[in-house]
Amino acid sequence: MKFGVIKFPGSNCDQDAYYTIKDVLGQPVEYLWHQDTDLKGADCIVVPGGFSYGDYLRCGAIARFSPIMSAVQDFAANGGYVLGVCNGFQVLCESHLLPGALVRNDNQHFICKQVYLRAENTDTPFTNQIDNGATLQIPIAHGEGKYVCDEPTLKALQENRRILFRYARPDGSLSDQANPNGSVDNIAGVANETFNVFGLMPHPERAADPALGSADGRLIFDSLLRHTR
Amino acid sequence: MARVKVTVTLKPALLDSQGKVVQSALTQLGYEGVDGVRIGKYVELTVPDSENIDAQVKEMCEKLLSNPVIEDYQFEVIR
Repeated sequence: MKFGVIKFPGSNCDQDAYYTIKDVLGQPVEYLWHQDTDLKGADCIVVPGGFSYGDYLRCGAIARFSPIMSAVQDFAANGGYVLGVCNGFQVLCESHLLPGALVRNDNQHFICKQVYLRAENTDTPFTNQIDNGATLQIPIAHGEGKYVCDEPTLKALQENRRILFRYARPDGSLSDQANPNGSVDNIAGVANETFNVFGLMPHPERAADPALGSADGRLIFDSLLRHTR
Repeated sequence: MARVKVTVTLKPALLDSQGKVVQSALTQLGYEGVDGVRIGKYVELTVPDSENIDAQVKEMCEKLLSNPVIEDYQFEVIR
């Protein structure tokens, strides 16, 4: 499976994603420049974390209008797989590829730490290698990671099982204390209606190598590989 | 040319955590009873003057300057 990792000015997790895909998963991967429209034959586009265009105006607001994103929108509409991490999640929301928006963390702090995520739907292209109800240990690093959406959207996400991960305690139980940023319904990651676009605030690419303290994030990439095999 | 002043604020339903922190700082400074502090963004533009300037600015606000999911906007055109 060939991956493409987008580089915006300000992306800073592009190399982490590249490393995980190439060296940990052993899959072909190429960087995609934000001003290009050529996806280089990639089967999955990774929109990495960072601060695209300095996060000026709003996180992801400027990146949405870069030439590569119009190509990604067409690609997603045709069923192509798109994974957005952290700033990438923000870019996907701004692009209307995913619903809702990310706002400032409730506590106003930039938070960088390991958190636990409960897998809520393990029957998707991005989660099929995760045991039902399992918790993954994956780090977050964000200042604006509070997921918000209106009531009808939240209801649609819940009813269609499009919330793929919620922030939870290590034992998988939900609590406000386990919610690092105040996200509605403890949401850490959501998918689009057709489950080929997935965005999450935590960084699975930073938790895919045991040397980094957790390899749980690898399960998300493994799921994608399994799904497309 | 016309000048346009755009103000973007978080929707009232959303907690404005920046505003909350500033509000408590004001209280600490002794300003009792300060309430409802909301922090927004202010954008100034100079645009070619035309009859449909309002429609044009509205489009800019909805497309880029604000995110309708989380923000409201207001603007004023000064000719």
